[in-house]
Amino acid sequence: MTETGEQTLLEVRDLGKQYGNVVGCAGVSFDLWPGEVLGVVGESGSGKSTLLRCLSAQIAPDSGSVNYRLRDEGMCDVHALSEARQRMLMRTDWGIVHQNPRDGLRFGISAGANVGERLIAVGARHYGNIRADVTDWLQRVEMDEARMDHLPGTFSGGMQQRLQIARNLVTQPRLVFMDEPTSGLDVSVQARLLDLIRTLVSTLHIACIVVTHDLGVVRLLTHRLMVMRGGRVVEQGLTDQVLDDPQHPYSQLLVSSILPV
Amino acid sequence: MEDRTILLQAIGLGKVFTLHNQGGIRLPVFNALDLTLRAGDCMALVGPSGAGKSSLIRCLYGNYLPQQGRILVRHRGETVDIAAVHPKRIVDLRRETIGFVSQFLRAIPRVSALDVVAEPLRARGVEPEPARDAAAAILARLNIPRRLWNLAPATFSGGEQQRVNIARSFVADFPILLLDEPTASLDPDNRQIVVDLIAEARDRGVGIVGIFHDVDVRRAVATGEVRMAVQRDAA
Amino acid sequence: MTGKTIAGYNFAYLDEQTKRMIRRAILKAVAIPGHQIPFGSREMPLPYGWGTGGIQVTASIIGADDTLKVIDQGADDTTNAVSIRSFFSKTAGVKTTESTTEATIIQTRHRIPETPLTEGQILVYQVPIPEPLRWLEPREVETRKMHALSEYGPMHVQLYEQIAAYGRIAATYDYPVMVHGRYLMRPSPIPKFDNPKMDRNPALQLFGAGREKRIYAVPPYTTVKSLDFEDHPFSVESWEHCCGLCGSGTSYLDEIVTDDQGGRMFVCSDTDFCNQRQAQGFRGPLNSEAAE
Repeated sequence: MTETGEQTLLEVRDLGKQYGNVVGCAGVSFDLWPGEVLGVVGESGSGKSTLLRCLSAQIAPDSGSVNYRLRDEGMCDVHALSEARQRMLMRTDWGIVHQNPRDGLRFGISAGANVGERLIAVGARHYGNIRADVTDWLQRVEMDEARMDHLPGTFSGGMQQRLQIARNLVTQPRLVFMDEPTSGLDVSVQARLLDLIRTLVSTLHIACIVVTHDLGVVRLLTHRLMVMRGGRVVEQGLTDQVLDDPQHPYSQLLVSSILPV
Repeated sequence: MEDRTILLQAIGLGKVFTLHNQGGIRLPVFNALDLTLRAGDCMALVGPSGAGKSSLIRCLYGNYLPQQGRILVRHRGETVDIAAVHPKRIVDLRRETIGFVSQFLRAIPRVSALDVVAEPLRARGVEPEPARDAAAAILARLNIPRRLWNLAPATFSGGEQQRVNIARSFVADFPILLLDEPTASLDPDNRQIVVDLIAEARDRGVGIVGIFHDVDVRRAVATGEVRMAVQRDAA
Repeated sequence: MTGKTIAGYNFAYLDEQTKRMIRRAILKAVAIPGHQIPFGSREMPLPYGWGTGGIQVTASIIGADDTLKVIDQGADDTTNAVSIRSFFSKTAGVKTTESTTEATIIQTRHRIPETPLTEGQILVYQVPIPEPLRWLEPREVETRKMHALSEYGPMHVQLYEQIAAYGRIAATYDYPVMVHGRYLMRPSPIPKFDNPKMDRNPALQLFGAGREKRIYAVPPYTTVKSLDFEDHPFSVESWEHCCGLCGSGTSYLDEIVTDDQGGRMFVCSDTDFCNQRQAQGFRGPLNSEAAE
């Protein structure tokens, strides 16, 4: 519980990760509430990807803690969980949308199987029901359910990202990590994907941490923003405040560097 | 007995822009500013261009950060200092307590005018259909033609965009409204409709802080004024 | 009745320490039904792929009083069955038989005998690839984790894919099973027809993979359940024909091409079962002229 009176979903305290002498990230602290979208911006080498990987339990931090409120058990240190529980958490309550669909999808099984896999992993054993759920989710991410038996490699990049999103959302996670979810896609495809993400996140009340270098993406998607540089958070606050009235020199530099359209 | 509760109070507010990447030059905006807003007040910010009127409104909304002072707001029966509170609290405040009409509509692209206007109600948990109905009602009142309702506002005229902006803040009940030039791009008929909307809200007990360049509009809605002056350049 | 054994070889070919090592592995396997136990697979006098795992298991458990039956695809008289039976005959001097009911140890390649087994019998399976997840996940590190954490989703996903592609589960042999509700196991390339026989069988079932160096086991009366979906339950093969020789309508039939005009006949794959039925007077359509 914090001053806002609503229970936090994620509490990060003084998180740090070193690679030898190089600071991956250091001293990162923040809270995240249910349904909130937090953006993490920075340029290459800012530490934002390292931070995301520490948060999502893909790597272990050197210092600090990541505490998550489990559904029935209250706050727990994610990195103190057994590997079995971490894997279960990542498959049910959490989602990760990777920059490259190859990291987030299984290319050897059909699109439908990619979405149904998480349902099967938590015990679904009725083929008809699984198929119905998968169809529903493919429709929600605006994919053609007639193609559900096609392999992911036959879809465009934008469609593969939609498939990644469906695969993650099918178990109704409460927290989704997104790493540059729209990088590398054509602009119009990006736009529609961001619209989809925005709608789904708000309709399903999912908390999200979005790592990106694109300030347009954060303006559109996020409520709050953290600016990272050299592994540290140099400014954090409401997205519109950080973008409209940046206080830190680096934030001001970032904002003023956007190319006008 | 009228409700004259203090809804918002700015105490000793000061704002300075520091441009770190341009030699650290400091641009003071306002200093030691006090403002008290009660239920039923409509305070007009008055002063020449560059006096900091828009900046003050943005500070009250949490969009700009003041360097000094406090901004106390009544929210859910408590008093919250916008200048000091956790940003998450401001998100709650903006959803329930403070509405803001900016000078220019910055709408999310590819969302229909109807959904842009319905959004504040949807954020409060209102179901899609009733929210859209309320949005339709206020768009109709503001003379936005029905054929535009399902289009995204990006292609609307300046006046139409401004009316969508206004509709967004009047569709839900906000105890406090911040209005930055709400009638600037409007023709006389539409201006009158907006003036009526503002007056009705004020008479309902809403507290309003606004910038109204048009003297007639100001006279019709304002119950008080805050005079602001351009700051001398500081070192 | 023991015959003469070849000079210069230990009983049943393997040295006693090796047999102890394998028996220790077998004990571990029995203690954890369906779980694969690594063992120090030895050089055998036949190449990998010819049943070295099964032979090592048999060699470790066989005693002078045992009676050995060896079948290959259900038949006692194919080359491999004959060779392996001869191997144990020469190196252990044990009694051999073709009768399922007389045998104490039955070594099999790719079939379970039709005649039900009894307590005290041991069925030794020859296994090519022991890891059920091998084709889904090439990394050994990952498959071990999946077994440890009971994460078998990908196997069900594969069956899902088969239903999506063919309208039904298409696997017909080496059909994956859950042993004792805990471990996913590959039963070796027996036809799915034989899977139900594994469930709560009174005999001890041992599995040996020589090339892959794994042993696993299903103790007597252990539950063995074939994977399926609630709305696509597990089902076995059926034939329109019965056995041409003994008339059985319940055994697994081989289809044998008899000429190059499309002539074929269906015959029990289990030769002992078929012979026993004929000895009892049962006749199939191709055999009726020979009826007494």
